This record gives sequence, structure tokens and C-alpha cells, in this order.
Amino acid sequence: MPSQNLITGAQNTWCPGCGNFTIQFALRNAIQGLVTDGIPLENIVLVTGIGCHAKMGDYLDINSFYSIHGRTIPVATGIKLANPDLTVICCAGDGDAYAEGLDHLIFAAKRNTDITVIIHNNRVYGLTTGQYTPTSPLGFRGKSTPEGTPEEPFNPLSLMLASGAGFVARSTSRKMPHLAGIIGQALRHKGFSFIDVLQICATYFNMTELYDRQGYELSGHDTADFQAACRKVEEWDYNRNSPIAFGVFYKQEKTCFEERFRRHQPSPGGREEQIRAFLERKR
Amino acid sequence: MNDISVLTGGRAGDGINSAGLLVAHLFNHMGYQTYMYFDYPSLIKGGHNFTITRAADQKIGAHRDRCDYLLALSQDSIDLHRELIHDSTVVLFDSGRVQGDGQGIPVEEILNAEKAPSVMGNSCIIGAFAKAAGIPFKVVETVIWRQIPKDPEKNLIIARRGYDAVGEKRVIPRAGDTCCPLLTGNEVIGLGLLHGGLDAYVAYPMTPTSNLLHFLAGTARDFPITVVHPENEIAVMLMALGFSYAGKKTAVGTSGGGFCLMTEGFSFSGASEVPVVVVMGQRTGPSTGLPTYTGQADLQFILHAGQGEFPRLVVAPGDPEQAYVWSSIALSLAWKCQVPAVILVDKTLCEGTYSLDEKAIVVPDTGEPEPAVDSGPYRRYEITGNGISPNRHPPSRDAVIKVNSYAHDEAGITTERADMVVIMTEKRQNKARALKGETDLLECVKTYGNKDASTAILCWGSTLLVCREVAESRGIRVIQPVVLSPFPEASLKVALSGIMDLISVEENADGQLRTLCSQHGIAVNHHIAKLDGRPFSVEELEARLKEAI
Repeated sequence: MPSQNLITGAQNTWCPGCGNFTIQFALRNAIQGLVTDGIPLENIVLVTGIGCHAKMGDYLDINSFYSIHGRTIPVATGIKLANPDLTVICCAGDGDAYAEGLDHLIFAAKRNTDITVIIHNNRVYGLTTGQYTPTSPLGFRGKSTPEGTPEEPFNPLSLMLASGAGFVARSTSRKMPHLAGIIGQALRHKGFSFIDVLQICATYFNMTELYDRQGYELSGHDTADFQAACRKVEEWDYNRNSPIAFGVFYKQEKTCFEERFRRHQPSPGGREEQIRAFLERKR
Repeated sequence: MNDISVLTGGRAGDGINSAGLLVAHLFNHMGYQTYMYFDYPSLIKGGHNFTITRAADQKIGAHRDRCDYLLALSQDSIDLHRELIHDSTVVLFDSGRVQGDGQGIPVEEILNAEKAPSVMGNSCIIGAFAKAAGIPFKVVETVIWRQIPKDPEKNLIIARRGYDAVGEKRVIPRAGDTCCPLLTGNEVIGLGLLHGGLDAYVAYPMTPTSNLLHFLAGTARDFPITVVHPENEIAVMLMALGFSYAGKKTAVGTSGGGFCLMTEGFSFSGASEVPVVVVMGQRTGPSTGLPTYTGQADLQFILHAGQGEFPRLVVAPGDPEQAYVWSSIALSLAWKCQVPAVILVDKTLCEGTYSLDEKAIVVPDTGEPEPAVDSGPYRRYEITGNGISPNRHPPSRDAVIKVNSYAHDEAGITTERADMVVIMTEKRQNKARALKGETDLLECVKTYGNKDASTAILCWGSTLLVCREVAESRGIRVIQPVVLSPFPEASLKVALSGIMDLISVEENADGQLRTLCSQHGIAVNHHIAKLDGRPFSVEELEARLKEAI
């Protein structure tokens, strides 16, 4: 029996000031919203990767699949295909989804698998004590790049739009109500939903000042306009100090991966009959 | 004893596999047991492909170093196989493409005259073969109607022209009235998995198990299974674990290189107790190796794959009947004991075509997993007497189901507590004992040949049938452990009683089964290795055995 507040008794080991707390409660509130809407709690499954974000699997008192590094999305895809009635959420880190398991992210967008992917994008490896990630700015001095990273970050939102994602959004751990709202929308979107959450890493990469100063909430943006979305996500390239928009950039419903799989009508004779029939054809 | 071999050769793209299979079906309808070896390079068009279809009165699963009929659709088919041709070999060839001694058939002329597509050239050669072998045309009709779904009428006309183009050369007697299903090992493994209750199959194409993916994808019309081909083998393994967590019996298929990518997920399966079955078709390694040739060099890899220690089931069926039975068992036991399982096969078995002896297929009942009993809040890793916890799947009312790749407590929450790490390790050891208890109820070691002999061949996997054939003619014993993990030490020692001279026959350099045996105090005197990617022929194994003893 899950606890009323959906929080387990596991000891929380995130650093004080960690952005994960905000994401945890925003997600918890969004899930409670789904339950209020009538989705049974037992129909919700959380898949996490490996990294600070992934402790969400221990802390939220819901079904969870604490996977290995980089591999939330294929697990979530399998769960959703196995039972399309389940609501499947991935919490993944930027190291998880943008480095170790980038291929899966692109394919989930391409397939329009009906899952919600929340990227805890703190732009640094926290649990391995401070190395650059695919979204760290050029010149980021981490333990593996003491002279500064020699590569520019990529823009995950552009990547998702190019890959066919039908719901592309960004929020931040600095804005809990905004984040909870975006997660709620993503969970209700039929199809692949992607949220890049700019998260504060209090210990290794504290971008509080930047996100507060440069960040603004999207308004008057047409989420049905793909070209407008492409232009908008390019406003900030995860490198320079240009304005950083938070909100839904693009939203389009289309057929989901699961819906394209044939739902088999069992034959009267069952498996053994079918096996016999197959053998007969091979004589 | 009737024992006939037919080599059918042509260029890649000529449909040589199908032609060889039609030859096998002709023999099948003449009452023979058949086996077909398919040899092809890793390319799509132009290289030399050939099949050796062998027919005999008794069960066979190996080719011979001779051919009695040679059906040549290309010059290479004669030039590259001269050592197989003997004085009474009947050579039939497409006279438009091939020059040689024997009977030419103007295939192209016949096709043009009948306005038939070039793909029907095979039917022409098959018709000619049937006539040369004295097979009644009625049999050709039956086979074409049953096995060529696309325009059988036209194919029959072409076959008849081929039939009439040659004379009877070497007449094959009818061998009996049996007519078996002819199946590839891949198909049999698929059927065994379906019998065992397979719900989902996930795979990335890789020889020699690609055809298992194709077969199951095709059967998804008739069976309630979901078949997925994801972006890579890492996704394959993790997607399978997702299916399994959601309550679906799931298998994946690959070869060595793909399994390398799966090993992290394989260890995760062991740690998280989310079961999965891996169909691992070996080919010649290391690395990309010879993609379309065979080998048995991955046994030690499979036994040790994945970081950490966890129980695993590894079965290595040696013939199609075993493949059916043990594929089903692997799936059942993986789910009963909540462990990863590997069906370790190779190119020879996967892509060879065999007469399936349905009567020899008896799948033992391995029993159902114990039902979950309500004992307070659900804990995915509850400590039980045998180490196996109740396995529930979402959605499950009032149960929070947590699986975890980290060291975890009974509820599935991450822990670094020293005592809990020990408890969970002991839980996995307990499960290993439970798995051993299950396999001990099964016939994990098979013995064939002369039960009183003091010399035995020790083999595993697809070399079984060639070993049996050679051993039976020499009056020695064959001992085949089918289960390789947990290792059936006691049964193997019983099977070895009275044996003074033990010879391992393996398609690897190191003698990997020999090494495994030595770890269990079983000494193997000789190791007969096979390193070239080709399966043993009967003659080759006979000669190698003669050298060894």
C-alpha cells in the first residue's frame, strides 16, 4: 500500500539546495493530479537511469524500474508496448539521455512512443563528482577537462524537434509551479513527451543566477507551428547568455508507436493448434 | 543403407537455399530423413552459395565429403567442388551458364519458351533432378504445390520441362512412408518458445539468428506475440526487461557481437531478478569474424558474461527436437526461478534444415511459479525459503513494485547496508540452488551410442548429430551435456561411468567444454578442435577421431 504523500521512507541523500527536490515534488503533484483525474496509481510506472536524478525511483512511492545508466527509454518502451494502459514516465539525467543513451531518446521521439521523458538537465555529472556533459557550455572546467571542455554543447530541444517529438518543452527547477504544470501537460499528451528541465546542481554547477536572470516564460507562442518552434528553441544554444524560454515549444498529436502494433485476435485452437498447423505446412 | 547427398550450387541471389530445400522435400516425400547444410558468404549478390542436402533412412544432421548429384547453376558449383565429385556422381547443370561433364539443361531457353521469370529456373533444375533420380513426377507435383506458394502452376510447367529434358541416371528407391516437417533450427527454437508461452520477442538482426526474428515477426499474425526490432542490442535487452517487468514472457536473439552489447543488461537481469531468455547463435569469431559460418567459441563467454555473480540457466540443444524442448524449458525455468537464461546454439543448428521427429518432442512439465501470497505490504525482493520472491506486475492493486539495478532491500529500495548486501547475495545463491533443483529433475546429460564402450565423445550443441553418426559406426559412446549452467556434474559423472578415454569434439581452439569439465574434476584426454567455421563432415570427424585414438 503506497503512502498517502507518495514519498517512501528512504533516506534522502540529495545535497541541500539540489534542484531534484523541486522536480520530485513537481512530479509528485503532477502524478497526484493524474490520480485525481481517475488514473489508478498502480497504472503509473516510473523508470529512472543512474545518477542523482535516479534516486527519484527510491523516493517516490510508486511502481519503479531503477534501470542502468542511459537506459530508461528502452525499458519504458518495453513496458508501454507490453501494456499500453500503463502511464510510463522516465526520469533521466543529461548524462543518461544525452550521452550514454542518446540513441534511445532519438528513437523514442521518432517512434512517438507514448511515454513522458523528464530530463534532469543540470549540465554536469554530479554523482561522479563533476565532469562535463553534452549540455555543459564550451570551456566548462570539470575534473575530466581541467583546461575547459573543448566541445560545444548541443541543443536537445532542436534535436528532439528534428527527431519527430510531438511534445517539446523546457522548464526549470527554479519554477516549481511552472514545472508541475508542464509535467501535467506532458503526462496528458498522447504520444512522446519531452521536457528538458534546467536543474540546479548546488555542488558542481550552480546556474541559479543565470536561469533567474535570463529565463522567461513563453507567451503568445503558437505550439502548433513547427517552424516557429524550431526558431524559438534556437534562441538559446546552451552556451551563450541569451534569453532562455520556459514553456511548451511544440505540441502535435499523432499516431503512437503502440497503436501501430497489431493487437492479435487469439485463434480458437490456441497456440498448440497453430504450432501443429505450421508443422503441417512444412511437410 | 540409403545415403544420398545432393549439392546444389549457384550465385548468391539465385535462391540456392530454396532450391536445396526443394530437393530435401522431394526426399522427404520419398520417405527419407533429411538434413540440409547451407553455405553462403556474407554478401547479397554474386558470391558462391551452395547447399548439401543429404537423405538417409535414419536420423542425420551432418553432411558428407561426397555428392551423388550435383545441380550446378553456376560454373563455380562444379569448379569449387571437384573433390566431392566421384565416378558415379550425376552432374546436372544449366547449360546456358555452365560447361562441364554431365547433363546440361537449357534453363534459359525453357524459361523463355514458357515466358517464365528467371526465378523459376530452380524449378527447372529440380524437375531435371527428380527425373535423373527416378523420383516420380507425382512427387514433384506434391512438393511444388505444397512448398511454392507463388504461381505453382507455372512452376510445375517449368519443372515438367526440366523433367523431360533428361533421362533417368541413378534411381533413388522409396525409403518409407514417413513425411516429416522440414524445419530450420531457428524455426524450431521459435516454436519451442511459443510452446513455452512466449509473449514478446525483441531482436536486432544478426546472423545466424536473424531468421528467428523473421520467423517470429511472421508468426505474430497467428500467435499473440509482439515482435520488436529496436535500434540496437542494448535497446533490445532493456526493452525485453521492460516487457518482462510488465508481465510478458520475453526472449531476445543475437550472436556474439550483439550479446557483447547486451551483457550489461544481462547482469541487470541477474541483479534485478527480471527474467529474460537470450537465443545466442554462435558464429565464427572473434569480433565480426566469419558472419555466415559456424563456431562454438562462446561457451566460456556465456558462462561468465556480465559483472558480478548471479545464477543463470544455459542450455545447448544439439538437434532440432532438443531445440524445441529446451527452448520451451528455458523460458519456463527463467520465469519460474526469475533468472536470465541462454539458449546457446550456432549457425549450423540455426540455419540448417532438419527432418523434425515430432514424436521425440516431449516437453516436461516444469511447473508453475509459486503464486504470490498476501503477507503484508508487497515487497518485490521478499526473502523466502528458496530465494524466489513473489513476482507481481503493474498494475497490481495496493502493491508498489520496485525493481532495481543497485543493491537493494526487500522492497527494492537502494541500500548500501553491509548486512543487506550479504542477505541479497545469499538470496541469489539460494535461487541458484533452486534452479539446480529444477534442472536436476530434467535429463541434463544425454548419452548415445554404445553404452558399454570405454571410449566416449564428449560434445555439446550442434556437433551432436555428427558425433552420434560417427560414434555409432565405431561402437563408442557419445555424452552430451545439454545444460551447461548450472553444471550437471553428478549426472555427467554417472554418464561417464566405465569410460577410460574421453575425447571432446568442439568447434573451438581451447576446448571450452573440456575446461569446464576439468573445473568439475572431469578429465578429458583429447580435444578435437574445428577452427574453420565449417561444420564437421562425417568423414572428417571419422579421420580426426582415428588420429586421436
